[in-house]
Amino acid sequence: MSNIIQRNKSEKRFQFYGLLAVGLAIFLLLVLLFKIFSTGFSAFNQTYLGVKIQIEKGENLSELDARSTLRKNLRNMFPEAQSRSDKKNLYSLFSPGAYIEFKEMLEAYDGDVIDGYYYFLASDDLDMYFKGTVARQGNSAGRIKPSQMKFVDEFVKMNLIELQFNRYLLGSADSRNPEMAGILGAIYGSLFAILIAFVTSFPLGVLTAIYLEKLTKQNAFSDLIETNINNLAAVPSIVFGLLGLAIFLNFFELPRSASLVGGLTLGLMTLPTIVIASRSAIKSVPPSIEEASIGLGSSKVQTIFNFTLPLAMPGILTGTIIGIARAIGETAPLLMIGMVAFIVDIPQGPLDASTALPVQIFLWQDSPERAFVERTSAAIIVLLIFLFLLNITAVYLRKKLEKKW
Amino acid sequence: MNKISLFLVLLLMTLPAEARDTIRIVGSSTVYPFATVVAETFGRADNGFKTPIIESTGSGGGLKLFCSGKGPSKPDITNASRRIKKKEISLCAENGINDIIEHKIGFDGIVVANSNNGPSFDISRKDLYLALAAKVPCGMQDEVTCVNESVTWRDVNSSLPDIKIEVYGPPPTSGTRDAFVELALGGGCNTIPWIKAFKKKDKSSWKKLCYTIREDGRYIEAGENDNLIIQKLVSNPNAVGVFGFSFLDQNTDSVKGAVVDGISPTFETIASGEYKVSRSLFFYVKKDHIGSIPGIKEYMAEFMSENAIGDEGYLLDNGLIPMPKAMRAKFQKDSKSLANIQY
Repeated sequence: MSNIIQRNKSEKRFQFYGLLAVGLAIFLLLVLLFKIFSTGFSAFNQTYLGVKIQIEKGENLSELDARSTLRKNLRNMFPEAQSRSDKKNLYSLFSPGAYIEFKEMLEAYDGDVIDGYYYFLASDDLDMYFKGTVARQGNSAGRIKPSQMKFVDEFVKMNLIELQFNRYLLGSADSRNPEMAGILGAIYGSLFAILIAFVTSFPLGVLTAIYLEKLTKQNAFSDLIETNINNLAAVPSIVFGLLGLAIFLNFFELPRSASLVGGLTLGLMTLPTIVIASRSAIKSVPPSIEEASIGLGSSKVQTIFNFTLPLAMPGILTGTIIGIARAIGETAPLLMIGMVAFIVDIPQGPLDASTALPVQIFLWQDSPERAFVERTSAAIIVLLIFLFLLNITAVYLRKKLEKKW
Repeated sequence: MNKISLFLVLLLMTLPAEARDTIRIVGSSTVYPFATVVAETFGRADNGFKTPIIESTGSGGGLKLFCSGKGPSKPDITNASRRIKKKEISLCAENGINDIIEHKIGFDGIVVANSNNGPSFDISRKDLYLALAAKVPCGMQDEVTCVNESVTWRDVNSSLPDIKIEVYGPPPTSGTRDAFVELALGGGCNTIPWIKAFKKKDKSSWKKLCYTIREDGRYIEAGENDNLIIQKLVSNPNAVGVFGFSFLDQNTDSVKGAVVDGISPTFETIASGEYKVSRSLFFYVKKDHIGSIPGIKEYMAEFMSENAIGDEGYLLDNGLIPMPKAMRAKFQKDSKSLANIQY
């Protein structure tokens, strides 16, 4: 009697521990997500300042110099800014991107008179103040000095300062001006790299698994290969970076920093994971199905491609996608092949120099500018969404390809 | 699928080592924030050149890559937060690189800072040495050294606050650490007469005594990330951090720089040389690549222009501290005439 009470109790206890473990894991995950989202969310908007632009009829808009014209209009708004330092303080509230935006606006404008308020990108220091990241102390706020603050207060009074969607973040590549920095270049780099990693490692991995599982006899040689593959799966990723450096850069002389090299290196890194996952997936296909196929007169290769592989595919794909997802988050191997770099141009193909998403995160979190803190978190959010989509695909593919018998 | 991989393998085999049209730069993570700004300005200018690609490899790593040979697969320029060493020049020479153009771009201050909520520090380099070195003089006279056992700042100097010594700083692989040890601890060492005299007798033992940081947990290696150090200081008002001036400049709302030898670290005091813990920043150009890689000369001109590193240059916004005018003029002249490094 007491025995069964005790056993029930211990069962309850065990269930409670399990629940505790799950709860703790979920709690920690939520804390992490909350921290990232609460820091990163504000990076999706940024501060813009309104300027009254007046351009008379008769001026050729596309021939105007954007920089001096914008500055002239600014001075018209603040006639009290006379001294050189006052003017400089006024201009410094704007990002260098403001002039580029104005230039684009002039080029696209098809009227001949401009008269009205237009909004232009503000500097990162002002952005940090307006978003409340850097608190105001008296008449200054972080790097905004009292001599600049008087203009900021004017803009606030005239209601000409506002937050707009940050089109740079997802629309441009790296920049040293945080307000103009984006991750599009890194997204392309990551996409090229995973695509290449997948295209190289998937066929190689699956073929290796088929060979080891179905086409070779178990002997010392196949044991040796098996041990080596298992060991390779546990090798630290930086070692694959060194391998990539030695093979692809030094021997094949491929271009440094190219996402082709990154992809090949990440492919090498993913290969053992794919081989191991594929082998266990192939192993779990019921032998009765294969025997039936052989019995009906099909050859070994026919059996493998018509029955074994389709049945093993869900398992193979799951393993592959887990391997690829790990590869997306890697920076260490990319360091060795020069992908940890400042690259402003968006890569047009896998031979162009590019970074990758985790690299961009790594570079930004190391930057002195305060505005990069929230942008780092924003980049992490994008990377998480990337991984989430990949995992969803994995689940979908598995559900779709799964066969019941 | 197999066709694609076969194609890729073939592609690998046939791809030639092509000529480059983009400048490749490697080197110091301290110079990286400045070099990248120049590169971006250079790339945005309407000059037909592509934006240079800059890797942050550290000063030592950068010079190693730089000196590893000539040709399009090797970098054209390397940044350094210290001067090139004799050893590195001879490594370059071994690999056929005899012409290197040296550019000094300005200064970077190293600050000792703590939270705005913590006590104010008015400290001397000697105090820093006595607080952070592994071995310090037992008494002031007897020319003997003991293991450093000071626990609070007051133990070091009675005018300092009575809080535990807890310093977050860069690890030995960092150029900032090298400079801090050399300028702050080494400088402090030399204020003690018998140690200074000792330097002439036996330089390597002197270095060992003055440049070795204690390892009993009072000095905490916080990694290469200065932002991390600042976060630690904010959460712990009794801790002190060591990092570059540009990070202090960006975070004056949460941390304040200690007064060192009576001088507080500001833009002006570092530029004038009054603030002693500051170092020079450099970049080195491979002369043989000028002409074969487009834009190197123009990039050098952009970096050395008054517009960038002058008294009101745009790099000042990023925390660079300009050189005195005469020194600047010398390096600008050397850059223009492609003068070889004088060592």
